[in-house]
Parts: sequence; structure tokens; C-alpha cells
Amino acid sequence: MKDTMIDVQDVKFRYDPEQPGYAVDGVSMQVRRGEFVAVLGANGCGKSTLAKHFNAILLPEKGTVLVEDMDTRTEDHLYDIRQKVGMVFQNPDNQIVATIVEEDVAFALENLGVPAPEIRERIDESMKLAGIYEQKDKAPHKLSGGQKQRVAIAGVIAMRPDCLVLDEATAMLDPRGRRQVMKTIRQLREAGISIVAITHYMEEAAQADRVLVMSRGRIVMEGTPEQVFSQTERLHSYHLDVPQAAELRDELVKAGIPMPQNVITPEACAEALYALLAQ
Amino acid sequence: MLRDITIGQHFPGNSILHRCDPRLKLVGTIAYIVVLFVAANPVGIALSIALLALLYSVAKIPFKMILKSLKPIVPVIIFTAVLNLFFLTGETPLFQWWIFTIYPEGVRYAILMAVRVMALIAGTSLLTYTTSPIVLTDAIENLLRPLGKLHFPVHELAMMMTIALRFIPTLIDETEKIMNAQKARGAMLDTGSFVQRVKALVPILIPLFLSAFRRADELAMAMECRCYHGGEGRTRLKVLKFGREDVLCAAALTVLLGIIVCTRFLFA
Amino acid sequence: MSEIIKVEHLSYVYNPGMPDATAALDDVSFSIEEGDFVGVMGSTGSGKSTLISHFNGLNKPTSGAIYVDGRNMWAQGENLRDFRFLVGLVMQYPEYQLFEETCARDIAYGPKNMGLDDAEVARRVREAAQFVGLSDELLEKSPFELSGGQKRRVAIAGVMAMHPRVLVLDEPAAGLDPEGRDTILSQIQEYHRVTGITVVLVSHSMEDIARYANRVLVLSKAKIAMYDTVEQVFARAPELLELGLSVPQVTQIFLRLKEMGLDIATDVYTIPYAVKTIRKALQGKGAV
Repeated sequence: MKDTMIDVQDVKFRYDPEQPGYAVDGVSMQVRRGEFVAVLGANGCGKSTLAKHFNAILLPEKGTVLVEDMDTRTEDHLYDIRQKVGMVFQNPDNQIVATIVEEDVAFALENLGVPAPEIRERIDESMKLAGIYEQKDKAPHKLSGGQKQRVAIAGVIAMRPDCLVLDEATAMLDPRGRRQVMKTIRQLREAGISIVAITHYMEEAAQADRVLVMSRGRIVMEGTPEQVFSQTERLHSYHLDVPQAAELRDELVKAGIPMPQNVITPEACAEALYALLAQ
Repeated sequence: MLRDITIGQHFPGNSILHRCDPRLKLVGTIAYIVVLFVAANPVGIALSIALLALLYSVAKIPFKMILKSLKPIVPVIIFTAVLNLFFLTGETPLFQWWIFTIYPEGVRYAILMAVRVMALIAGTSLLTYTTSPIVLTDAIENLLRPLGKLHFPVHELAMMMTIALRFIPTLIDETEKIMNAQKARGAMLDTGSFVQRVKALVPILIPLFLSAFRRADELAMAMECRCYHGGEGRTRLKVLKFGREDVLCAAALTVLLGIIVCTRFLFA
Repeated sequence: MSEIIKVEHLSYVYNPGMPDATAALDDVSFSIEEGDFVGVMGSTGSGKSTLISHFNGLNKPTSGAIYVDGRNMWAQGENLRDFRFLVGLVMQYPEYQLFEETCARDIAYGPKNMGLDDAEVARRVREAAQFVGLSDELLEKSPFELSGGQKRRVAIAGVMAMHPRVLVLDEPAAGLDPEGRDTILSQIQEYHRVTGITVVLVSHSMEDIARYANRVLVLSKAKIAMYDTVEQVFARAPELLELGLSVPQVTQIFLRLKEMGLDIATDVYTIPYAVKTIRKALQGKGAV
């Protein structure tokens, strides 16, 4: 199998062709198989617009988007592409179609014409993976935000996609719901699914393999979370924060206390401080 | 409170009536309504009510649920009864005052009519009590399928019903939130003249409509992402099956309704 | 200082008398001093939202009493609307309540309902717009042309313009990006500093509460778990974690160090204080 899942080449896109400004202004990037990529950026930087190119919801004005070598502009491949790249949005309420959890999870498979016994098998599997199997007979509006969002995830992974795109999927959740969704994402990664998370929670991005930072329609930073989050000043200039652990490291260095590079999680920060204080 | 409105009034259970194929229940309910009108004689109506009572007890639905379903239509019943009472003429008046004349035929017909409307409501309520809205939607889609050949949008209609059922609780919640937000800004929703009250609705309806449109937009995109492309080539998770039990139920119902219809010729 | 809000034995039950009756608040008593900045935290379902909607009479207590500025809200002869103007409530995602043609007219909706004259309404609209950093140009635009963060600020200004004695905000920064979040919260802080008005801020973000509030109310399972100064509450970080709440990352770091066997303070909740604490620890070591 090919290593590159999604290949974005010099994509430009604007919502209104009359306007000079591009929402996505010349972006090239790849998502590799099994990888967890976080895309960061302030509101209006074009990150959600870019994400909608990954499964042909939007088509590039210039440049190309290839999903496993299929051009998103070829209409013949539309349903193959949408099946390969699943998408979960911000508001859990607005992506659940049916009045019963399991019926909603089955929605995509019904659309794809999968026979009933196979639907049953696949939705049970995906509901278990998303951790909402116990809720399968409930009405969606009786669930918590975190549960609803996992119903949405289950409905997408029932298609057995190779890549899951989360477009600020945790933005409307409380801390508990966010933890539940992040746990589910880690499980999906272990199952070999690539994850692209569009987010502005630095703590979530710190768990990714690779972080992309967008500003004004372009990718302005790229690297491992350690590489990106050790550049506090630069992130601030793109109206972003760093995790508090990284901020503390920076402030300690400024105060003349020696701290190692690449400290971005509370665990790593505590390790470094312990080494310093327990000598 | 808005929260008190329940849609569909499903009363979950596991009786034979709950398990029955929804298509049979739907057709059965329609047949029952027809019979109520065909067998418009006291014996026929009495038997119809007896049948309904039997079905309610089989479904283990408390009788107070019948009263609950009848409560909202009491004014309608009274109105039809009064109308029949005064406007039906016979030979010997029973009672006369000013321009009102009541004949025994009027009294009889008024009672008959009221009982018939009540049986009709109780009968259709039994359908919604024993069948979840989603299953009912499936049944309607299934029964209307032949119309699809005439380019009638059967699938689209069913999809719209499903989405409406799904979003009613969400929008009720939202209405309550918006009302609270405007009340917190000093809106007066339940005082003032009629015109003032209508005006006070604007700050609630505009946000509600905008929100509904935004939700519709996002839902459409989420459905596209899950490969929705209309009813063509679509399969279903739950396939309706007309089983042995359903055949027996259908037979029993046909016989019972047949007997009631016969009263028309025996007692009319 | 005087008590601006006093809550006495407040209980609230959803669906009373039904099999699914649940107590959202259970015998809650506390008071808020005028001029305080109180952070309210608690996991979803702890009763936070129910509590704050009692502050301006959107919910009626099942039992107990609420006093605002010494007046019993549900006493005979009191007009509920007076309390709505005394306690301004900004709900979650307040941008969804905007409805007017221009931002200025939307902000004016509350003051107009108070029956103020046009000149006073216009003055208050300008003043509130200034607090949330809305330019005159934006004020004349339709709220639906603005960005999410701007819309939210219009909604908050709409409540500020009513000149409440207490401003209650339910998750005012939810769903915003880091910059939008900082902008709104520091504007609220500035408003509190300039006007001296009591602010009640409900938030899931411990970092935000640690940064802006001077007192913290922690709710858990319909009861008050803690109500104290920020320092005192964050000093009980392990208990907060047990209640299913998260603590700021800096606090997590110090808890971790303690776990690893270091003798170090764990009431650290801001970065400057953390730097100071570590410095002290290093100096202490140097002296040995």
C-alpha cells in the first residue's frame, strides 16, 4: 500500500471568486498512513476550509488534492473518497440524522447499499470502538455532548475509512467530553486509522505526531509538537498559545534556570524539574 | 412548559401489539376507522369499543392513557355533539325553547357521533402508543413504495419525517434557551396586549429560524460526508418482516372487523 | 462590603413528583460580596447552570430563598423584572440570541425594555460597545456579518448596557480560539476593574478561573464542595481532581513533583508563582 494517504498540492480556494483574497492560499501537505496530524490556527486562518478539501466537500480552485491517488475532482470516485476519508464536525447535534443511536451509526452503510447482516456486524464493531455500544438503543438527544460526538465518530468509522478528519470536534465539549473523545481517537490510531485533527486546543495538538500551523490561508510552521511548541514567541505572533507546561519552561529559562529543550507536556516538565531539584 | 410536549407518545412495551409489523398496525388502524363509519349503529359501535378495550388490555396500556389522549379534543367532541343535537330534525320534538328544538333522533345521533370520535382518537392513539415514530415512518415509506413508480418522492418524504422527529426535541430545547436569554434582557412574553405579545415573539423567532437554517446546512454537509445520495440503492439496517405472528394477527383482526361490519345489515 | 447576593437553603428539583425527579440543587447556602469576581466551577450536571439561572429568577426555587441587594426575590409584591435588571445574565453561546438589524439596536434591546429614554439608551450602547471593543463602524453593521468572537462581544455588551449590579457569564469563552478567549476575558476583567461591578464567571477552564477570579465556588452533585479564595481552593488540587475537575497544567506539574517525592508546595496555580516557587526551592538547596 502507498504510504501517502492524502496529498495536497499547491491548493488555492476562495468562497467568492469575485474577491481577491483566498481562504486557502497555496497549501501543499501530505497525510501519511497511520499518522496523527494536528492542524492549528486562529479562527479564520483557513484550517476548516482546507479540511473540507480532504473528502471533496470543497474542490480546489487551483492545485490538486489526491486521496490514495484519486483526484477529488473526478466525480466517479466521489463515494470512494468519502468512504476513505471520514469527517466529524464541531456541533454534535447537527450531524446526527436518526432518532436512535444505532440507526444513526448505520446511516452511511445504508447509503452505501451494504446488506443488513453486514451492517449489523460493522456498526456493532464501530460502536464498541467508539465506546458507545451501551447507548445503542437510546435517543441521541438524551446523551451528553461527549457521547453524541462519539456517536458521530462511530457513524463515520462504520464506513471503515483509512483517515478520520476531526474539524474542531472537541470545541463544544466540556473537559470530560473532550477526554472521552481524545481517548477514542487514541484507540482509532491504534487500529491504524490516520487522524487529522483541526483544533485550537494546544493540549490536544501536543499528542499528535506532527503539527501544522496555519495563518492567513498558508502553512507557516510544521514539525513535531516539541519543535513547534518550543517557539512560543512565533506562535504568539500567529495568535496562538502554547501548552502551560511549555510556557513554564520558557519563563524558567528567562529567569536563568536551566531547562532542557522540547518540554511540552506536564509529565516531561515535572521530569525535568525533578532532575533539577533532586540532584 | 415546552418540555412537557411529547411527540408521538410512544409507550414502550413488549406485548404482541408492540411486536406486530408496523405496516399491519397502520393498515389495521385505517380499517378500524373505516369500520367505525360503516358500522354506524349502536351495536356496531359497542362492539368496536369492546374490541378497542381488548386491544388496550392486550397491549398493557393503562386506561388513563386513553383519557390523556382524549383530553385535548374534548372541545371538538362537544362542538360536534351540540351541532348534531340542534340540527338534526325528526318527527316529534323532545324539547322546545325559543328557536331551539331537540328531537330524539338528534340526541341519539349526538351521542353516537361523540362516541365514534372518541373511539377514533383512542384507536389511532393505540397505534402511536405501541409503535415508535421511527418504525412508523418505515412502515409509511414501505406502504407508499408502489407510488414511487409514479415518481412520488416516497423516500424523501420519509427522510424528512425522520429528520423532523430527530430535531423536534433539539429545537424545543433551543426555543427555551432563547426565550430565557431574551427574558434575561427584560423581554415580556406573557403580558401586554395581543399586538405587544406578537411583537415580543420577534426576538425569539428570528434567532430560532437562523439557528434552524444553520443546523440544516450543517446536517446536509454531514449527510453528504456519509455518502447520502437519496433513496436509490439504499439498504436498511432493520428490514420489516411479516412473520407468522403477523399473519395470525391479521386474520384475527379481519374476522373481528368483519363481524362488526355485519352488524350494519343486521341492526340498521 | 455588603452582600449583593445571598442564597439560603436553596433546593431545586427537576420534574418534581415524577419518577425521574432529580435534585439539581440540594440545600445550597452561600453569599457573594459586592465587588467580588467569583469563579464557578463544577462538572456538567453539577448544578452550575441551574444555580446561575436562579440569580435572576429564570428558575423558581423548589425551596429556600434568594436575596439580591437585600430584597427577597420571590417575596409577595416583588417584581421579577427588577431582578432581571439587577442581575445581568449572559448565557452560553449568547451570539445565538442576536436578532436586530444592527449591532447597536441589538445592544439597545435590554436598556429599551427598562424604559429608558433614547438619549440614555444611546449613551449606554456606546459605553458598553467601548468595554467590549466594538468600533462605531461595527455598531452599524448587521450582527450576522460579524465573526463569531465579535458576535459574542455584541451579546455581552447587550447585557452590560443594562447596568446590572451583578454580571453573570456562563462560559463566555466557549469555542473561541486562544486570542478570542483572551480578548473577551480581559475585557470582562477590565469592566470589573473600572465599574467595580460584581462578576460571576462560570468556566470549565481552571486556567481562566485561576487568572481572573478572586473567589471560587466549586459545585459537585448539587451541593457546594468548596467556596473560598482562589489560593485556598487550588491548594486543595487533589480534591478537585477527585471531583472530576481538572486543575491547571502548572498545578499538575507540582502535584507530580510531590508524588515523585519532592518536598514542594502544591498550591501553585499561575506561571509567575510557579517560577518563584522553583527559584525558592533551588535557593533552599543551594543553602544546604
